[in-house]
Amino acid sequence: MRLNKILKNTLLVLMACLVLTACATKKEVATDIQGQMQGDVYTGTDTVKYLAEGVPDRVFFATNESILTTASRETLRAQAAWLRKNPGINVVLEGHADERGTREYNLALGERRANAAKDYLMTYGISSDRITVLSYGKERPVDSGSNPLAWSKNRRSVTVKAN
Amino acid sequence: MIKKILILLLIFIPINAYALIEVDITRGNLNPLPLAVSPLSIDEVSRKSFEKILKKENIGSEISNIVENNLRTSGLFNPLDKKAFLQAPDIANLKPRFEDWNLIKAQALITGKVNYVDDKLRVEFRLWDVLAAKEMMALAFTTVPNNWRRVGHIISDKVYERLTGEKGYFDTRIIYVSEEGPKTQRIKKLAIMDQDGANNKFLTLGNELVLTPRFNPASQMITYLSYFKNMPRVYLLDIETGTQEVVGDFPGMTFAPRFSPDGKKIIMSFAKDGKSDIYTMDLENRIVEKITNHPSIDTSPSYSPDGKYITFNSDRSGYQQIYVMKNDGSDVKRISFGNGLYGTPVWSPRGDLIAFTKLHKGKFYIGVMRTDGSGERLLTENYYQEAPSWSPNGRVLIFYRETKTNSKGEGFSAKLWSIDLTGYNERKIKTPTDASDPSWSSLLSN
Repeated sequence: MRLNKILKNTLLVLMACLVLTACATKKEVATDIQGQMQGDVYTGTDTVKYLAEGVPDRVFFATNESILTTASRETLRAQAAWLRKNPGINVVLEGHADERGTREYNLALGERRANAAKDYLMTYGISSDRITVLSYGKERPVDSGSNPLAWSKNRRSVTVKAN
Repeated sequence: MIKKILILLLIFIPINAYALIEVDITRGNLNPLPLAVSPLSIDEVSRKSFEKILKKENIGSEISNIVENNLRTSGLFNPLDKKAFLQAPDIANLKPRFEDWNLIKAQALITGKVNYVDDKLRVEFRLWDVLAAKEMMALAFTTVPNNWRRVGHIISDKVYERLTGEKGYFDTRIIYVSEEGPKTQRIKKLAIMDQDGANNKFLTLGNELVLTPRFNPASQMITYLSYFKNMPRVYLLDIETGTQEVVGDFPGMTFAPRFSPDGKKIIMSFAKDGKSDIYTMDLENRIVEKITNHPSIDTSPSYSPDGKYITFNSDRSGYQQIYVMKNDGSDVKRISFGNGLYGTPVWSPRGDLIAFTKLHKGKFYIGVMRTDGSGERLLTENYYQEAPSWSPNGRVLIFYRETKTNSKGEGFSAKLWSIDLTGYNERKIKTPTDASDPSWSSLLSN
């Protein structure tokens, strides 16, 4: 009985702590959002996967744009180096758009983004035979939220192993 | 107020005893015409026969319910409560007591009769002008019993045409994309239904992503985009036979398909090396023609009803805007010059207007403009909406609307809506699942 009471009290204290930390993390996340975008290009890492160590699988774009940022070019150079080391691997470049555009235009925009990545890989010695482009437009978001951060994660070209 | 009364007088009061009622559909109709849809009368033998075949207790009432519902949703008519009717259906169909119908303020009256004749459904109906005390129209149809819903739609079209002077749009179907599942992994299927939401049917199983189905205005054929084998390409589907085929042999993504007005060509975009151009393919001889040639994105093409012009959207100016060109690709002119981005232009079947989607300051609008870009009119504003498709008479637009999703991924929905060209009478269309990319068929019967 007494033990129960002690346990109960500890639990209450623990819960209070959790509530406090929850508040604290919330604030941190809020500031993090600021740090996860430059202009409206996503610069965070929480959706990024890796093709190999130090080789991120995706690059991000500004609204309605298909221009590669400095960070995107760095990512693609790492992908090109990895592809040169692994000549047996072919890739699909999947181009995506955010949900704030008409469906058909977004299909074209996804294709244009994936091609921007393809062109860059080719200038670093990867043959076009090894690259397939596939646009999903706005059909396959990674983040379903309707907010600028979610949209920035969705404007992307993802390099996926084809074999 | 005085103006309003004046308009009413102009529309509804007959100039003399022989001038019949007329409904003006060119302006927002805030005072729909009150009319009475008397249940179609039916004799007991016919009633029992149809009850056995169609599992409907009284097919006469069911058909008149369809008529009533169609006329109400058009926004132009106000069908009166049947409880107020003083005259029995069978007697009213022979000779209405106009003073009784006048008393409940009906200006028009629909009566009719249903018979079971040689295993067939025979329906006759009459439209009466109550004020002028005159019959305006009388017609009869005979068809297989299973067509009973279509009979209701055809009657609605005839009444609409007689009272507005323009063809109706009730005996039509809508093809659309049914959506289910989480936003990040949406399952999409082609679906088809009657214009009023009845007879919903799925045409694909959802194994591959399908988008943007469009009707052939001349047949029961549709064209759409499918990701079959992860290759986004334009397909043709015959709804009647279920046969499918790829359109053209393009080394890459084809999308944004539509038929030419005569149904003989498909116009679409082909994306390659980061640019999207517009192509046509002749369905008879399979000849492919390149219509635009520009390093920009040219997509969402739509023919004028005479087939001589094409409207499309392009970002050649830097942002998505609407253009018009001749059908051979010459004489390209930008027509959208307002603030914001413009897309998904669709030429009205009447030829005088182009409907579009506009994005401005984070809001999406469905609007219309004249074919030279003048007279822009925004009909509806929302968080997200796009892809207008015209009713065959060019008086109503159907489109889809999406709601916001919160950071937990909740709150998302996609639904079909319709709105009159006047900007009035906005309605949500009921579908069994979420829905997008609607396309309106031509009238099934003429």
